[in-house]
Amino acid sequence: MDKSKTFDLSKTGLTRRTALKGLAAGAGLAVAPGFVRYSQAQSSAPIKIGFQSHRTGIGAAYGRWYEKTTAAAIKAINDAGGINGRPVEVIIEDDGTDPGRGAEVVGKFATQHKTDIVFGTLFSHVVIGSAPAAGEAKMPYFVVSEGHHVASTKLNRYVFQPGITDVKSQIQAMAPWIAANAGKKVTQIFPDFAFGYDHRDYLPPALKAQGAEVIAQIAIPPTESSFTKYFPQIPAETEVIYHVMVGPAVLTFVKELGEFYGSNRPQLFGFIDSLEATDINSPGLEFLDGSHFWEGSPRYAQPDDSAAQKAYRAAVGIDDNGAAVGDPKDVSTAAHMFGCWETLYVVKKAMEDAGYKGPEDRAKLVEATEALTEFAEGPEHPQGPKTFNGKIHQCFGIQNISKVEGGRLNVVHKTKIEDGLYEPEGDYTTQSL
Amino acid sequence: MKDASPAKPYALHLGVIALLFALSFVLPDYHHGLLARIMVLAVFAMGYNMLFGYVGLLSLGHAMFFAAGLYGAGLAVIHLGWSVPTAFASGVVCGAVLSLVIGVLALRTSGVAFMIVTMMFAQVFYLVILYFASWTGGDQGMVVPQPARVLTFGATSLDLTNPIVRYMSALTLFSVVLLITLAVVRSRYGRVLVAIRENEERTKMLGYDTFSNKLAAVIMSGTICAASGAAYALLFGYVGSSFASVQYSILPLLWVLLGGGATTLGPLIGTLFMYYVVDITSGYTSAYLLIVGIALILLVLFFPKGILGTIRHRWLAWLP
Repeated sequence: MDKSKTFDLSKTGLTRRTALKGLAAGAGLAVAPGFVRYSQAQSSAPIKIGFQSHRTGIGAAYGRWYEKTTAAAIKAINDAGGINGRPVEVIIEDDGTDPGRGAEVVGKFATQHKTDIVFGTLFSHVVIGSAPAAGEAKMPYFVVSEGHHVASTKLNRYVFQPGITDVKSQIQAMAPWIAANAGKKVTQIFPDFAFGYDHRDYLPPALKAQGAEVIAQIAIPPTESSFTKYFPQIPAETEVIYHVMVGPAVLTFVKELGEFYGSNRPQLFGFIDSLEATDINSPGLEFLDGSHFWEGSPRYAQPDDSAAQKAYRAAVGIDDNGAAVGDPKDVSTAAHMFGCWETLYVVKKAMEDAGYKGPEDRAKLVEATEALTEFAEGPEHPQGPKTFNGKIHQCFGIQNISKVEGGRLNVVHKTKIEDGLYEPEGDYTTQSL
Repeated sequence: MKDASPAKPYALHLGVIALLFALSFVLPDYHHGLLARIMVLAVFAMGYNMLFGYVGLLSLGHAMFFAAGLYGAGLAVIHLGWSVPTAFASGVVCGAVLSLVIGVLALRTSGVAFMIVTMMFAQVFYLVILYFASWTGGDQGMVVPQPARVLTFGATSLDLTNPIVRYMSALTLFSVVLLITLAVVRSRYGRVLVAIRENEERTKMLGYDTFSNKLAAVIMSGTICAASGAAYALLFGYVGSSFASVQYSILPLLWVLLGGGATTLGPLIGTLFMYYVVDITSGYTSAYLLIVGIALILLVLFFPKGILGTIRHRWLAWLP
């Protein structure tokens, strides 16, 4: 679009601000607290991070743990001197896990709270619904969603996902292990909506490249509460069932699958997303014993945990079983929430690189983030090392494959970063700031 | 029959439009942006009110009309690269056609059956959106690209992502629909609709074809809701299936009940009230829906006809 032809009222004589000043003089509106405009000394003022949290709605279990992890990371950052010598303050707004409200919340951060960035969104539809508002407000928007939407380059230059890998990369990285260890003939069972479609679309080519194949794909409507009628569709020659059922029905799904197969079942491979914040020892989940799961970061403490991983777990307040310290029933969303911790450290690094002083430096912050390439494993990145592609605003990292045994998840394989790399689908840096 | 003095209602409505125009220059940025959104959604509520308030037909499926406009406009831009005006027209036409079809089928029922039939159609519409996920983006939805959201007039163009342009576009749509609604409800046709609501059998006996009149009302209502959906897609840049879910069929009902059914300005007041209650209370507690619920109960107890409906009943009988 040719900007010179754009009719912009802010470039004409009568701007809202001018009109405001004029009206305020007569009406005395300027004295009302909500109408006062002032500039703030930025040298010591806190850096304000708007946290778009799923406090209510379907994402509430994730939202609660994202808040805990964020609070722990912010405490660690502030204890170490903040960002550019300034303390960091988090302002939380609930988006109800709703895309419409999500966009309003981003607007609220930009125009009412006047935060420096917006951060922390998980659910894909909320990210996609909020992204236009972030782009229009020129508000850097750091999501922790694992959706492929950012890397697809369908959003805009202000949206980043530097702290957690995307689902396309995760699926691709699983394929070599599945083909080599679980079986060559795979049947997929997935929910009939976007999260399932990522698995439906990305797994078959990834498996094919490894000499394995998907022999059946069974999509289950999100409204379904009983699954037995779908199981006869699973071909008899199936060696691996790849399942990514999510939501409250997962317990029923596993129980009915167990009743269907008894002790003679194919290999099972799933994504832990279905059981985040759910105790793996819940009644009905016994059938999962011996099966394998993808985990972003391991829920259970592992014998070879790094010092950084141990320190991260202690800071966030999760015990060796991945539950809240002091409350074994409060199981965390460990496979995803580390992304909040790591994203905040990426923001810190980018703000320091950009010499970030305030909202006028947001464009510099975007460019500084795009210039990042690698994050070394350590206290700031306890999940593992990562690379970052500034053109698609997405990080790439290692993945864990864990086996359910003895009532816990033990990591049996860690993928390499290269396993999850794919050809970029676009380039955000060509968009204007 | 027409009221003896049409001046008062028109003056009031023009005054409200002028007030909203003036607010654009004094409101802080956040409230400015929020009010633009509220005006667009108030149009949705006005469309709903046309059927629920004036004809007495309680639909639980109006999200499908809003979504028809949303997707009709949004997908036309995303997949076909249409310009803003044609995409908007596409959304409105989608809503008109859908409401014609739904109206012909659903008006064979009445009362509770009408509620259920409309809800079922809306559910079908919602599932169709999910089914054609490769086109609609399914439950994740799709972004309407920012560069496409520009209204071009010859050499000049208006960027709909500019807050002032967006506010004025929302105000224009709101004003047009408000004045149309006012004209309709004050017209002879509007009186027939109210007569149908009050006593359909008697209206029939007086020689009116109630089916045709009700069908016209469904089409008008659905088309207005679609205009709101189309504007939402183009002004705010997102189309998603959550806008077709049952929640968005209930919301306009709540807005209208709050503001006052069968009042022209009630939908605006209800939408405004509900938005701000949610916005303010969610800042204090995650149990904000509980507070919203209590507010609704209090309103039902003390303002059973909605805010404006009660004001009309007690003090200002001339309110349209």
